[in-house]
Amino acid sequence: MMALRAKGLGKKYKRKWALRNCTLDLGRGHVTGLVGPNGAGKSTLLNLASGMLEPTTGTIEVCDGVPGSGPAQLAKVGYVAQNTPVFAGLTVAEHLRLGAALNPGWDDALATARIGRIGLDPAQQAGKLSGGQRAQLALTLGIAKRPELLLLDEPVAALDPLARREFLADLMAAVVEHGLSVVLSSHLVADLERVCDHLVVLADSQVRVTGEVEELLATHHRLTGPRRDLDTLPADQQVVSASHTDRQTTVIVRTTAPILDPVWTVGQLTMEDLVLAYMSAPVPGRPALEVLR
Amino acid sequence: MTWLTWRQFRVSALAVFAVLAAFFVVLAITGPDLVGRTTFTNEDTLYVSTVLAMYLLPAVLGVFWGVPMVTRELETGTHCLVWNQSITRTRWLATKLGIGVTAAMVAAALLSLAVTWWASPVDALAAAEPEASLLTRLSPVVFGARGIAPIGYAACTFVLGIAVGIVLRRTVAAMAVTLALFAAVMVAVPLLLRPYALPAVEESVPITAESIHRIIGNESGLEAITVTNPAGAWVLSNETVDSDGAVATSLPDAVQGCLPPPPGDRDSAAPPPPDRQTATECLAQLSDLGYHQRVVFHPGNHFWPLQLLETACYLAVTALLGWFCFRRLRHLS
Repeated sequence: MMALRAKGLGKKYKRKWALRNCTLDLGRGHVTGLVGPNGAGKSTLLNLASGMLEPTTGTIEVCDGVPGSGPAQLAKVGYVAQNTPVFAGLTVAEHLRLGAALNPGWDDALATARIGRIGLDPAQQAGKLSGGQRAQLALTLGIAKRPELLLLDEPVAALDPLARREFLADLMAAVVEHGLSVVLSSHLVADLERVCDHLVVLADSQVRVTGEVEELLATHHRLTGPRRDLDTLPADQQVVSASHTDRQTTVIVRTTAPILDPVWTVGQLTMEDLVLAYMSAPVPGRPALEVLR
Repeated sequence: MTWLTWRQFRVSALAVFAVLAAFFVVLAITGPDLVGRTTFTNEDTLYVSTVLAMYLLPAVLGVFWGVPMVTRELETGTHCLVWNQSITRTRWLATKLGIGVTAAMVAAALLSLAVTWWASPVDALAAAEPEASLLTRLSPVVFGARGIAPIGYAACTFVLGIAVGIVLRRTVAAMAVTLALFAAVMVAVPLLLRPYALPAVEESVPITAESIHRIIGNESGLEAITVTNPAGAWVLSNETVDSDGAVATSLPDAVQGCLPPPPGDRDSAAPPPPDRQTATECLAQLSDLGYHQRVVFHPGNHFWPLQLLETACYLAVTALLGWFCFRRLRHLS
């Protein structure tokens, strides 16, 4: 049972590839953070997963079905698009009514309770809500349709830090309560750090690294030592990024084996370090190991 | 979906129906006055406004109902919201098209019914008295403002608005393009297609003093004559042909003297022009020279067959445009 499975997935707009050769397996019940710089293909991947876009190459399966293939498939996947669009002319209550009318699995008690807890006035027009309230309304629609997988595209981008924290805490409560799988994207690692147990780093339209956060952090190390040639590293140490000064070399390597070389000072990575290392790393396949900054 | 579509559509729908209702009241008050009138001109303000309203309505429906129905969603991104509820985009569009096309056809049918009823005394007068030179209901402008053809126009323009909206994805641009296309079709169809939709009737009319209707000339002489139109007909051509059946490009010299060119300022001593009776009797000698008048026209009884044909064609185009919309919909994002 997979929440999302992509094989060789690609999407081309006119002449530019927005996503290339993406192969991913995301299990159920996880909260996966999709991180990468602007234009890395995060939205494209989520749009492909929700069925808003059709792939140019490869295949994608979401909750064991082709995205957007029918009402049953649509019912399984909730999607809150970038900028959290809502109908400006409709009231909050009317949004819940449309959710109830269009979703067979609609949980009205959940939706009403959420709206009450967030403090949204049901009679208010959605066009007059603040960015945070709008995001909450869109999220409520996404959760109350009771999907198996919830896709969130930069849900917190428009929110201030406090609202961000509340939104994410609220999301996590819903995830725990309903056993949702979640994929949410952001270009800010700090947003994801608190909520994600899985991570996908996208850069340059390609998947750079994917895996469980704890495992990724345990297998990546920052090695600092006197300047040396990276070719002399053991074969099981995969270099992610490297930087050199006149006298010193800093490398980030991925390895499951312990670091035995006494020359190195071994440092732990934070999630942000890890993401930045992969985002700035050269694309595999190009001549690697250039000096970076 | 029906509820949501109606909720989004109700303001513009009610606005159009409210204006129609006000117009119906005006027609209901003034309509009975027309019965039994024997003098009327096509320049009557209310008459002109009924014709205008009949052509304005489909344009309004396409531009203000059809176009925004999809472009507003695409522009504000709400299509992302609604397409991710448990409902396919095909059903989303089918509901919008279903409600919109039905409302458009009902609006056009009501207006056409009211205008056709209101103008029926005028149409009857135009059909009965060809000499009154009133526009018959078969004439190009009036034809599209009577009967069932406006229902076809309304359905077609509405779906055209949706289709253009899906292609351009911008409200204002799509409105302009829809309006331009509608205007082009409304001009092109009566000029280029409708005359040939049914085989026209060709009739040979002898030229007599009584049958001559108009005499056309310029300073260099007489150019052409026309004979009285058949009652209630839409005349496509009314031309003089010689004994060989060839169209006469100018009238023969023998009759040029029947009506001398109007005197210029320099020749104030010229004799006064002959009266109409003398001129027509003089021109009637064309008949002795082997000339006769050929009239090609759609008789009054072609009205309903032409209306049916035109409505069917517009509904077919509507269906085609609808099919195109569903095809494009799959590739929208």
